Amino acid sequence: MPNMAPKKNPMPSQAADVRNHNFQEVALGYTAEMAIDEAKRCLNCKNHPCVSGCPVRVAIPAFIREMAEGNFETAYQVIARSSSLPAVCGRVCPQETQCESKCVRGIKGEPVGIGRLERFAADWHNANSTQKPQKPASNGHRVAVIGSGPSGLTCAGDLAKMGYQVTVFEALHLAGGVLVYGIPEFRLPKSIVQKEINTLRDLGVQIETNVVIGKTITIDELQQEYGFEAVFIGSGAGLPKFMSIPGENLKGVYSANEFLTRINLMKAYQPGSDTPIQHGKRVAVVGGGNVAMDAARCAKRLGADVTIVYRRTEAELPARREEVEHAMEEGIVFKFLTNPLEILGNEQGWVSAVRCQEMELGEPDASGRRRPVPKEGSEFTLDLDCVIMALGTSPNPLIKSTTEGLETQKWGGIIADENTGLTSRPGVYAGGDAVTGAATVILAMGAGKNAAAAIDEYLKSK
Amino acid sequence: MNKILVKKCLNPTVTLMVVDAPLVARKAEPGQFIILRVDENGERIPLTVADYDREKGSVTIIFQVVGATTEKLNHLNEGDFIHDFVGPLGRATHTEGLKKVAVVGGGVGCAIAYPVTKKLFEQGAQVHAIAGFRNKDLVILEDEFASHSTKFIRMSDDGSWGEKGLVTDALKKLIESGEQYDEVITIGPLIMMKFVCRLTKEYGVKTIASMNPIMIDGTGMCGGCRLTVGGKTKFACVDGPEFDGHEIDFDEAMARGRTYQDFERHAFEEACNLFKEAK
Repeated sequence: MPNMAPKKNPMPSQAADVRNHNFQEVALGYTAEMAIDEAKRCLNCKNHPCVSGCPVRVAIPAFIREMAEGNFETAYQVIARSSSLPAVCGRVCPQETQCESKCVRGIKGEPVGIGRLERFAADWHNANSTQKPQKPASNGHRVAVIGSGPSGLTCAGDLAKMGYQVTVFEALHLAGGVLVYGIPEFRLPKSIVQKEINTLRDLGVQIETNVVIGKTITIDELQQEYGFEAVFIGSGAGLPKFMSIPGENLKGVYSANEFLTRINLMKAYQPGSDTPIQHGKRVAVVGGGNVAMDAARCAKRLGADVTIVYRRTEAELPARREEVEHAMEEGIVFKFLTNPLEILGNEQGWVSAVRCQEMELGEPDASGRRRPVPKEGSEFTLDLDCVIMALGTSPNPLIKSTTEGLETQKWGGIIADENTGLTSRPGVYAGGDAVTGAATVILAMGAGKNAAAAIDEYLKSK
Repeated sequence: MNKILVKKCLNPTVTLMVVDAPLVARKAEPGQFIILRVDENGERIPLTVADYDREKGSVTIIFQVVGATTEKLNHLNEGDFIHDFVGPLGRATHTEGLKKVAVVGGGVGCAIAYPVTKKLFEQGAQVHAIAGFRNKDLVILEDEFASHSTKFIRMSDDGSWGEKGLVTDALKKLIESGEQYDEVITIGPLIMMKFVCRLTKEYGVKTIASMNPIMIDGTGMCGGCRLTVGGKTKFACVDGPEFDGHEIDFDEAMARGRTYQDFERHAFEEACNLFKEAK
């Protein structure tokens, strides 16, 4: 008999006033009993609409059926057939707009907690399985993957499973891309990312860190000198955007990328790290996306009073609902309909305040969201010592500027076929934020997966 | 991991290292930089390429011990390994078509001024090199500059080496004596470059300054290295590190450079104590 409870089993979590002082994971994960109970909420319906909502097409009802029987390892194996990063996806995917949004249980009540179940299966596997993945027989073809973020790792994993010899080139000293420099420890522990990467290594994927493609080696050299028959570009998002308002280069103004990189990649919050970070007392984060939430919650954990400044209303926040709720629970203040006009500094060149303006929503703009317009005479000042700009990024110019014939959009994104990832250069594929601009981990993974299939087809027909 | 092939003390606080890095050596050009980490918990710091040998696959770096990381780096010896070493990053110095150039270096910045001096000299340009140091004990690369320039002017603050005075005094004298340069290239402390640029602006001589701001990734991701150039935000790691000196907001760059001064001083003292205890 299915479990007809209308609500998901709640996720055990650290209490808000405890977790906002530490960097340990917020969500603690289901127990085996909770997982089995939640799995039984799945009706195993005929059309399994959930699968169509998953960019990497995990066989969701099949793995949940195994979970309900307590066969956690089998469940993991079912997921692993489609996803190279189950423990990551179980944590950071926006399931509420993907698989879970299609779940029939969601019509009358809450959908099945697919993400929570995926996370449990992956964590169970990581904790209990000693079985290493079988390294497939090599088919002799070599593929280069640029960037070790979600799209690159997925593409590399899928190709390795098909027998390709894959080398991943990473510009930083550590593999993982945004999973290690961007997403904080309390949302995605770095040990989990390392385990997923080790799994890929066991599959035979080689990872070369400290190599900047476009600088150290060009794409032409990869193809012509190094003998890679195909290349996948998953170089990720690029340079942070700023507002072009006065005072943005004062000391104490960070891009979210810089702030998060200092904390996550360089571990600046831990004693023993050589990388410095400013411990602001009153911090404003400008922006309303997931990155803004991450930056705000990190600043909170460093001991600051944190305000998120967003020019629209709560309803328009682009961040995941769960992240917004977590941030609010942790004591982060939201100032909606507020737009910074100028950052003010003290005599030493440090941030001292931000002059803001109240906004109201006008007519919808091109994105369909109502455009914020300034309210006359509504200026006010917030006293601060640190400002973090989380306004998105524009694509990295390094590969574009050193790869002839690689066509890009006007705004800099690499032009790639939506289904295959093929670029304007034969044998060169691309996906993830380098193509779409800043998006989600799972969309990047989907693009990596599609490109792996297309590369396989291309090399087989060659 | 990259092996240190040669280590040489150029003066009490400035060290030269030749590092085994074939991939970097193959591509490096004057003006570009590398990023290194000394050890597992180390910070990433940018250092400009001082020389390279494509055949031997080595890259030379020259650094001054100014903080904890350079102190740790200075404790490594020949045969030791640098944990991470990545590059070449940034754009190369534009040297094409230049016939007559003044290269103005100050202090350890001369280490960076040297490769471009050499390149220009080897491509047949007239190169007037002006090097400035506080005193004769701090002088580096004297023979190298002397043998790779058409004119080499030595300046020191106290007159113990060459003439007493600032590099700007020497440059002013040259310009006023009628020397006409296609370009002035300046590399050194921000305050020195600021005044070089102020001077050349007066005379309308195009000037390129090499910036060395705080960086983390160095590949166009974090935005920490941003500067204001011509009223616009530029990123030294991908747009530079060299910019039109007449357009750079040096005062802002100097302020930003001091962001972690207190932290650095503290970390430096800790690192020094650590090495004292180890002895």
